[in-house]
Amino acid sequence: MMFTLIVELKDKPGQLIKTLEPISRLGGNVIGIVHKRDKITPLKKIPVEISIEIDENKVPELVDALKASGITVREYNEVRLVTTSSLLLVGHIVHTDISDTINRIDSTGYAEVIDLHINMPQLNEPSTALITISATGKENLRKAVELLKVICKEKKILVIEPINEEFS
Amino acid sequence: MIKIAIIGFGTVGQGVAEVLMEKRDYLRQIIGDYKVVAVADSKGSLIGDFDLLNAIKIKRERGLPEGMDAMEIVENQDFDLLIETTITNIETGEPGLSYIKKALKRGKNVITSNKGPLVVAYSELIELAKENNCKLLFEATVGGAMPVIKLVNNCLAGNKILSIKGILNGTCNYILSRMEKEKMPFEQILAEAQELKIAEADPSYDVDGIDAASKLVIVANALLGIDAKFEDVEITGIREITPEAFDVAMEKGYTIRLIAEAGSNGLKVSPRLIPLQHPLALQGTLNALLIKTDLAGDVVVVGKGAGKRETASAIVSDLIQLYG
Repeated sequence: MMFTLIVELKDKPGQLIKTLEPISRLGGNVIGIVHKRDKITPLKKIPVEISIEIDENKVPELVDALKASGITVREYNEVRLVTTSSLLLVGHIVHTDISDTINRIDSTGYAEVIDLHINMPQLNEPSTALITISATGKENLRKAVELLKVICKEKKILVIEPINEEFS
Repeated sequence: MIKIAIIGFGTVGQGVAEVLMEKRDYLRQIIGDYKVVAVADSKGSLIGDFDLLNAIKIKRERGLPEGMDAMEIVENQDFDLLIETTITNIETGEPGLSYIKKALKRGKNVITSNKGPLVVAYSELIELAKENNCKLLFEATVGGAMPVIKLVNNCLAGNKILSIKGILNGTCNYILSRMEKEKMPFEQILAEAQELKIAEADPSYDVDGIDAASKLVIVANALLGIDAKFEDVEITGIREITPEAFDVAMEKGYTIRLIAEAGSNGLKVSPRLIPLQHPLALQGTLNALLIKTDLAGDVVVVGKGAGKRETASAIVSDLIQLYG
């Protein structure tokens, strides 16, 4: 998953490498580094924003390793919603409380419905919706899709999943 | 001289008999001389010296004459190879299952086009063949003429098969591809398919995904080494799909097809969204299989999934595999 980290580094040589070493050791791939020299802290440290692609399970270990080597980790957060998948729903989508369906996905905290395209041919006839879900990582996307399938089973809505094994 | 008994003398059995006659000179060069020494169906049989083309004629005109029943032939007659083409029952596997078991116990090779026995008792039958030092081949059970079992076991030998996804029911594919084009309701297209004899009068075996699931069970056992049973397949059919579903899907560049899938996530038959340019976005009654392997990457095979001569093609290829 994509992950952004803001650390505060002393303005002297060798600081950045100390930060990069544990990232590299834990298999992270650095996507970008931005030195925010315009936001120097009162203690004269420079905030540095590092974007990395890393296994989400390794994040706590990475933060601990950085702290252990004396680096101030100011904040870190996942870049939200990096993977999406579109699924087709067929059935009484509106009458079975569409907002409840969406809320239950959104309230997971790791996935959101980001697009919904509904076609309603006639009153009381089954409607069709293309629902697009975004999540913070592949595993979370898989969980969100499973949740959607459970909700749709309750509501007797047919779920047509995409063929691709890898959600991307 | 290979002595062949054909049990089940409907479309498939007759198709095989015709090809065995038609390609006699060619086949003799590859497998040596052969002779059909018995044909039987549920009502009658012919054994010993008879003309095979005449047997087909008799069957069509008035049915095979009453005679030794099929089980008696399998139990007692002298033959080397049983070609078992009886009607499929995926719940009990019968009557084919008993015929196959009996033949294997006698150490006779078996070629079958019948999914039932394999769905019900795959590992038992393979084990039985091993114990008795004979072979059970079943290319015709999956995808008709489309090479699947031998493609993987011979041409892709050495590969680990990671997953398999495909279209294993031509009737559903016909209905869905017509719905895609005509934007007509399922029931209407189904009626059209029934008129064209693409769908049966009772279409549930096809449209509820049962046929595709049976083939998937065989594929999972034979190619992925999964000890799967019919109950292990999560099945969703195509009855609930609406023409509007195609409208919405196509706006985003997708169509819908019934896909059978086996892999590390289990076995599933369900309608899926397929990108329009995907190799499985096929039209008509075709079957297709996308095989994910560790060495060869993705391999796709497309072909005719049913039909008299197509099924005979698969059976003859098994015959050559056995004796060629």
